Amino acid sequence: MLDTGHAVTESRGAKSGNCAAAFDVEAVRADFPILHRPVRGRPLVYLDTAASAQKPVQVIEAERWFYSEEYANIHRGIYFLSQRATELYDAARRKVQAFLNARRPEEIVFTRGATEGINLVATSFGEAFLKQGDEVVITGLEHHSNIVPWQFLREKKGVVLKVARLNDRGEAPLDEFTALLGPRTRLAAFAHVSNALGSVLPVAAMIGAAHRVGAKVLIDGSQSVVHLGADVQALDCDFFVFSGHKLYGPTGIGVLYGKEALLEAMPPYQGGGDMIASVTFEKTTVAPLPAKFEAGTPAIAQAVGLGAAIDYLTRAGLERVRVHEAGLLRYATSRLSAVKSVSIIGTAAEKASVISFVMEGVHPHDIGQVLDSQGIAIRAGHHCAQPVMARFGVPATARASFGLYNTAREVDALVEAVETVEALFAR
Amino acid sequence: MTGIGDLYPVAVLEHSRHPRNRRTISGRTHAASGENPACGDEVRVFLVLDVGGIIDDVAFEGKSCAIATASASLMTEVLPGKTRAQARALFDRFHAMVTGGAEPPPDGMEAEVERLGALSALRDYPVREKCATLAWHAMLAALESAGGGTSASGAIEQRA
Repeated sequence: MLDTGHAVTESRGAKSGNCAAAFDVEAVRADFPILHRPVRGRPLVYLDTAASAQKPVQVIEAERWFYSEEYANIHRGIYFLSQRATELYDAARRKVQAFLNARRPEEIVFTRGATEGINLVATSFGEAFLKQGDEVVITGLEHHSNIVPWQFLREKKGVVLKVARLNDRGEAPLDEFTALLGPRTRLAAFAHVSNALGSVLPVAAMIGAAHRVGAKVLIDGSQSVVHLGADVQALDCDFFVFSGHKLYGPTGIGVLYGKEALLEAMPPYQGGGDMIASVTFEKTTVAPLPAKFEAGTPAIAQAVGLGAAIDYLTRAGLERVRVHEAGLLRYATSRLSAVKSVSIIGTAAEKASVISFVMEGVHPHDIGQVLDSQGIAIRAGHHCAQPVMARFGVPATARASFGLYNTAREVDALVEAVETVEALFAR
Repeated sequence: MTGIGDLYPVAVLEHSRHPRNRRTISGRTHAASGENPACGDEVRVFLVLDVGGIIDDVAFEGKSCAIATASASLMTEVLPGKTRAQARALFDRFHAMVTGGAEPPPDGMEAEVERLGALSALRDYPVREKCATLAWHAMLAALESAGGGTSASGAIEQRA
C-alpha cells in the first residue's frame, strides 16, 4: 500500500535525474493488482495510461465497499442507506471541488466522462447563447470529442468553427490561436494536454486572450489533470472537463466544472428525475445546481470510486508523480530517439508523459502487435485525433504513455521490443 | 519470441517487405478501393479479365500494415487463371482460415489455399482479420462491379 511518509527513492530511472522527491514506485505498483498478472506469458508492461489508467486497490475497494455496505439510490429515501449514499455522493463531489479548487461544490457536475461534459456545454450553452455567425475556436490538437460536438453545433446553429494551426513540433502556438480571436468569438475550447502527442498547451495565456475578446473558455483536462492537476480559479477557465477513468478512477464517471453564474444561466441538458424541483403536466420547475444537470440516477458508486482515486493521487503527491513521469519521459525519449528507424512525432518543449512515434517501413499496428507478443500494451492507431495524424502526414502512430506506476525498467522493455520490431521488419 | 513468429512467419515478412504486383494496371477492366476504418489503411485492387471471364492479371496499390500488404501480395499470386467463381471460392476458404470458421470442402485449389496458409495464425488475432481481408474485399467489390471497359477511363471503379 502507498505510504506517504516514506522517503525511498526509485531503484531505476533515478539516473534520469530528479530523484530528490521521494517516490516509491514499487510501493505504488503493489497497489495495482492488474500489474501483477502476466500477459502472453510475460510480466505486463502497461504503457497505455493515456487511453485509460489502471486502478489501484483503493479505488476497486471503495466501489466494492460502497456496494457491499452503503448502497442505495440517492436523494430518494428518508431511510438510512439512502441518506448514507447521498452523503457519500456529495462527499465525492466535494473531493472533486477541492481537487480542482472550485469555489463551490455546486460548480461540479458529474457526467459520464469528458465527452459528455463537452457535449453538455455544446448543447446547453451553445444552443442557448450562440447564434449564426458566432465563432468557436479550437486547436489542431483536439481529440475528436472536442471537435465533433462543435460540428454538430455548427449544423444546428450555423456557428463558425475555427481551428488554430500547429507547428512542426506539435505545439499549438499562442499567436496562431490569438490570430483567430475576434469580436464574434464566443467560445474557445481546447485541451490542456494533447492526447495524441502529449504537447502541453499554453492554457493560461490562451484563456486570458480569449477573455479579452469576451469569449468563454472550455478546457479539456482529460490528459492534464492526472499529470498537472488543475486550479480552475487560478486558470479562470469558464468550463473544465475530465474523465475519471484516466485519473485511476472508474469508467462511466467524469466531471464538468462550470462557473456558477454560467451554469445557472444555462438551460438543462437532459430532462428526467433528480433534475427537477417540481413537475406538473403544465409546468416543470428545474432543480438548483448541480442537480439541474444530473438527470436520472447518476453513477453513484463510480463517483465514490472517483473520490477514492483523487484521494489516492493526492496522497501520492501530484508534484512527486509529475517529477517521476517527467523522468520516464526524458529517459524514454532519449532511448527511443537512439533507435535508428524511430521518429518521434510531437517534440513540444513542454510535454506530458506521452510519446507518439513511427518507425520507417513499419506500420504502427505491426509495432503494436509485436509489442503485445512481449506483454507490452501500447496504443497503435489515430488516437481519436485524425486531424493531428493528417497534420503530420501519417495514418497512425504508436503511442507509449506513462503513469505513476511505470518504471525505467519498463522503458527498457519497450525499447528492446522496438528494436525487435526493427530487426523483424527491416528491409 | 513467443507467438509472434506464428503471426509473422518468414513468408509473410518476405511478402510485406517485397510485395508482388504492387503496381497499377492501366489496361484494367475492373478496379475497386477498400479501406480499413480501424486504421485508415487503404488499398486499391486492379484486375484484368479476359473475354472468357478468366482473371488475366491482378495488382494492388496502397500502404498498409505488414499483414494487409502480405495478404494483398499473396492474393495477386493465387488469382491469375481463376474464374470469378473460383476467386470467390478462394476468398471463402481464406476467410474461413483466418477467422477459424468451417472450411469449405476441397475444390481443386489446394496449392493456392496452402500458399495462403502463411496467414493462418490470424485466427488467433481477431482484431487483425480486417487487415488480412482488406485487399480481398476490394477484389470482390471490383468483380461485382459490372465489368466492361478495357481502359482506365472505362474501368468500373467501386469502393469496398
